[in-house]
Amino acid sequence: MNATAAPSAPSAAGPAHGEAGGFAARVRWAVADGWTITRRDVLHWLRRPGQLVAGLLFPVMMLLMFGFLFGGAMTVPGGGDYREFLMPGMFAMTMVFGVGETVTAVSHDMARGVTDRFRSMPMAPSAVVVGRCAADMLRSAITLAILLGCGLLAGWQWNGTGGEAAAAVGLLLLLRFSLVWLGIYVGLAVRGEGAVTAVHTLEFPLGFLSNAFAATATMPLWLGTVADWNPLSSTVTATRELFGNPGWGGETWIAQNALLMAVVWPLAIVAVFFPLCVRRYRDMAG
Amino acid sequence: METTGGAVTARGLGKRYGRSWALRGFDLHVPVGSVCGLLGPNGAGKTTAVRVLTTLLRADEGTASVAGHDVAAHGDRVRRSIGLVGQNAAVDEVLSGRQNLEMFGRLHHLGSRRAAARADELLERFRLADTGRKPVGAYSGGMRRRLDLAASMILAPPVLFLDEPTTGLDPRSRDEVWGAVRELVAGGTTVLLTTQYLEEADRLADRISVVSSGRVVAEGTPGELKSRLGGDRLDLVVRDPAALAGAAGIVRRVVGAEPDTDVENRRVGVGVEDRVAALTEVVRALEEQRIGVEDVVLRRPTLDEVFLHLTEAEEETTR
Repeated sequence: MNATAAPSAPSAAGPAHGEAGGFAARVRWAVADGWTITRRDVLHWLRRPGQLVAGLLFPVMMLLMFGFLFGGAMTVPGGGDYREFLMPGMFAMTMVFGVGETVTAVSHDMARGVTDRFRSMPMAPSAVVVGRCAADMLRSAITLAILLGCGLLAGWQWNGTGGEAAAAVGLLLLLRFSLVWLGIYVGLAVRGEGAVTAVHTLEFPLGFLSNAFAATATMPLWLGTVADWNPLSSTVTATRELFGNPGWGGETWIAQNALLMAVVWPLAIVAVFFPLCVRRYRDMAG
Repeated sequence: METTGGAVTARGLGKRYGRSWALRGFDLHVPVGSVCGLLGPNGAGKTTAVRVLTTLLRADEGTASVAGHDVAAHGDRVRRSIGLVGQNAAVDEVLSGRQNLEMFGRLHHLGSRRAAARADELLERFRLADTGRKPVGAYSGGMRRRLDLAASMILAPPVLFLDEPTTGLDPRSRDEVWGAVRELVAGGTTVLLTTQYLEEADRLADRISVVSSGRVVAEGTPGELKSRLGGDRLDLVVRDPAALAGAAGIVRRVVGAEPDTDVENRRVGVGVEDRVAALTEVVRALEEQRIGVEDVVLRRPTLDEVFLHLTEAEEETTR
């Protein structure tokens, strides 16, 4: 080791850090910093492809289980094709089930002090949460693409136009986008490994207390109402409509307005949790 | 850079969690280019102080400036002037050491090429070049710490905060970290380090601030703090355990103070003011009474003794 500080050490006061930079420069740095954080996740995938593959296999396994193992025991309303009915529910449920990974990543960084290091650095304050969100959305898009492929192989198809199908995919990713912000907030706000377990556990009631597999009309009234108003149900109904796949129908307002609510629900979740995330990251009370 | 006479200055800092104050009336002044050791037990408020000074936590009371910038009003400027090494080695365990340093370099807006070059320099300097491509998860504790230090030195910050930098390290890794810190100081970096280990403060710090119950209760060079405990100490070890009481009686009579006796080690110790006179008197009296002595030493008090003395005094005044 040299006995002196490296003479080539870049200066902290260098122009790269000019705080003067106007709004455009600040946005440019925020994007660059966010990408550096996203890139970190991409490097993780490259270094540990096994983990990425394992993460992708879980939803595929669920899909095969529900499609072939339980499939024979289920009847489709109106006598449609079972797998056509099933797939939109599987896609949407996968969007819910990935949230645990967001919480795990955020709380791990918190526990290891990595978040504090980022917070003590002169980087854009939005970059850590935005970069995290972008990485998770990238992974979600890959997951969904693989599931769509598996669905097609298993005999699922969309019966509407290509534009409608694309809109359905957009709604699924919008649901995930909103839940990523919820996951980031939980990861930042709750200390300890308990948070991760809690979220993994909560994914199940959130996933199943919906119309993904059972008609809410067959549930006790109060339970059916809760399931009807589960944001997941709106997305499932809307994607079934857009893909032209068979669904439950339903007379309630929430079932009649599924398309609208599949947009309103996620936007409402983002409107609540995005500002909470940014504030929590900045102030980190406690 | 407009400095107000110190690299780190804190006046009356207070931080409250619910009803209890983690910091209260915390004052600190660290001159540019010096090494300040914040010494105190667990829960004394050292880490809270570092978190406030590095803008991670907002104080409820008081003011503080780092590198001439107010931590509350100009957090962004403070963050441009500091490096922080927290209690955990805050590096990514999946990435390699080089990838970690490149990432932090990019976040310091070096651009990818300069970030890569800087990563190589730092790996070389912290003797991590051989293992630069391995995942950090495979590093030893000392290597992780050195990588952590390297990551906080991307831009050679004027002020470096080290929060218990050697906690949980084996002696060899600890020496490596100490060596790295000394080099940074030789390069002109101001260092504020917290530690529970007196030896560490003694070895690294120019000045020590003893922290207890959320504030600085004593401050000075290691030598000054030691002399504050009433000068030197006389220790003697008797050969026969049965003679311990007799030896203690002699010491009490000659020095005029109540000595500490340690039965297990057959040791009698006392603080003395007139070193040589006390030593010769005691030895002569022991010879007269034919008490066999294995060892007699005059020594300065250890920082452990100073520390216990100061924190006990603090607990009594707050009671």
